[in-house]
Amino acid sequence: MSALGGFGVLANQTVPLGEIPALVLPALGETLIMVGITMAIVVIVGIPLGSIIFNLAPGGLFENRSLHTVLSWVISIGRSLPFLILMAAIIPFTRLITGTNIGIPAAVVPMSIAGIAFFTRIVENSLRSIPPSYARVAKASGASNLQVIRTAQLNEAVPSIIGGLTINTIAMIEYSAIAGTIGAGGIGYVAVTYGYQRFDNTVMGVTIVILVATVAAVQLIGDRLVRFTTPQLRTSSSSSSSSRLKTAVQA
Amino acid sequence: MIGLEQLTKVYGHGADATVVLDHLDFRVEAGEIYAVVGPSGAGKSTLAACVNLLERPTSGSVVVNGDVLSDLSEAQLQVARRRIGTIFQSDGLFARRTAAQNVALPLQYLGVTPGETRRRVAELLDRVGLADRAGHYPHQLSGGQRQRVGIARALALKPTVLLSDEATSGLDPQSTDAIVSLLKELRDDLGLSILFITHEMDTVLQVADSVARLDHGHIVESGRIVDLLQSPESDLGRALRPWRAHTEPETGESAWQLAYAAKSVPTDWITQLAARLGAPVSLLGASIETVNGATVGHATVGLPPIDPQRVVAAADELGLAAQQVSSGIADLERVA
Ligand SMILES: Nc1ncnc2c1ncn2[C@@H]1O[C@H](COP(=O)(O)OP(=O)(O)OP(=O)(O)O)[C@@H](O)[C@H]1O
Ligand SMILES: [Mg+2]
Repeated sequence: MSALGGFGVLANQTVPLGEIPALVLPALGETLIMVGITMAIVVIVGIPLGSIIFNLAPGGLFENRSLHTVLSWVISIGRSLPFLILMAAIIPFTRLITGTNIGIPAAVVPMSIAGIAFFTRIVENSLRSIPPSYARVAKASGASNLQVIRTAQLNEAVPSIIGGLTINTIAMIEYSAIAGTIGAGGIGYVAVTYGYQRFDNTVMGVTIVILVATVAAVQLIGDRLVRFTTPQLRTSSSSSSSSRLKTAVQA
Repeated sequence: MIGLEQLTKVYGHGADATVVLDHLDFRVEAGEIYAVVGPSGAGKSTLAACVNLLERPTSGSVVVNGDVLSDLSEAQLQVARRRIGTIFQSDGLFARRTAAQNVALPLQYLGVTPGETRRRVAELLDRVGLADRAGHYPHQLSGGQRQRVGIARALALKPTVLLSDEATSGLDPQSTDAIVSLLKELRDDLGLSILFITHEMDTVLQVADSVARLDHGHIVESGRIVDLLQSPESDLGRALRPWRAHTEPETGESAWQLAYAAKSVPTDWITQLAARLGAPVSLLGASIETVNGATVGHATVGLPPIDPQRVVAAADELGLAAQQVSSGIADLERVA
């Protein structure tokens, strides 16, 4: 938003090449803040929620069919609404929480709701791929339910959850662009107001390049983290901590 | 000590209920290794799960060191399980933790301080002979090594009872030997009661003091290994030491099977038997060894035509149970 203040008057004019960085870079910063805050909320809420829904399911640690069904439905509703509609539908709620319906805070609310619904399913699915024998081993070793979830379920699922988190983050970058259309700022807002409404192809091109580069960077970081958290991919034959560190750095 | 009293486990309800364990009764004393054998699907793993109460018995009780586990609440069970070490079928090591971190887990659950945990983990890995593999991840260890890490983890909380479900299954003979001698050593040093579940008869003979055969949820036969081996009518004894193929007797001779059936069979029984019968005894095949300090085994001999009752009586005096295999043609396929 703030980055665009100075350009508001230049309607129907293309942005001079030299001013593009000043327009686009702050917008990129806004996108990263929006996605960053959203993902922090998504992880903090999604990991416990995903663990709970997984363990409420049949075969889980605290199996409860009706509670599982209810929770599952709520999440499915969150997942099934297209983001634009979700965003519009919860405006009263967003207002209640943030006191506004424009700007970054207003975008973070619908993005977090969509992200939590998405990430909860990702966590649940990652936990499903862990052999159920791990939970039995932990229980037989005297673990409480919370300890089982932490050490035998989540910890073993870390690489898979990080893989899912990468996908989720990329989806959130996309949602931030959609949120940009309601005045949340960020790259999406620049793309819409300059590229779409004023046919400024240069700005459009630059925003596309930036979005592609951001997504590629997120994917790259995600892939490295998955490698780093999977012992089979990280260590070859040696296992001394120094050589492990080396492999991690080289990777 | 582990005691089962009328232990019953039923899976499912109503029409599709299956009785997996049917009123089992047995006791494993302190310092005893008790093997449970049985075909696939007999209910062995279910039995193990009932003993450490990962599965609640449908009825009957499980007693460990005098505590009736089946009466405890879930919170009390969490504490009680710490006195039972479990070694799992296919090791159950966590893939994202090193050997040392895997062994440390039960101590972490208990809230032991990091320093004390490190000390105890080092001691345990040393005990199972893997001190130099502490930093290795499970995928960097062999099957036998992984299983030994599993044993170290099972011992972490100083249990008095060890439960082993197919700990040696799928391992090569050397690794099996290493695990078996480790378990015996632990039994001797720590006075553990060990419930050793397996389907490998050879391993039972190496490791156990007593054995029970489980089939369709029933214990069909059980007893001390030596007693079973020395009783010729025992099916389980025969399964533990199968008869091997032997040479055919000379024409005119008939083959006899002689099984060690007493504690004191003279080592020169062939000579003594020949003297008593006044006839030559030719050895066609034999398999004799020492199990838990007692000599057990059986031999197939060829004898000229003699009154069968005289042979049985003479063998009996020497502590051997005699049985005629065939008159003339040896039954090569007689492998029980
Ligand atoms: N959770 C369960 N629900 C229903 N039936 C089960 C369950 N677990 C085991 N069973 C049944 O109980 C029987 C015994 O299974 P169990 O795993 O105890 O056999 P096992 O003797 O350990 O076999 P194996 O040697 O193959 O490991 C099987 O018929 C199996 O189908
Ligand atoms: Mg089994």
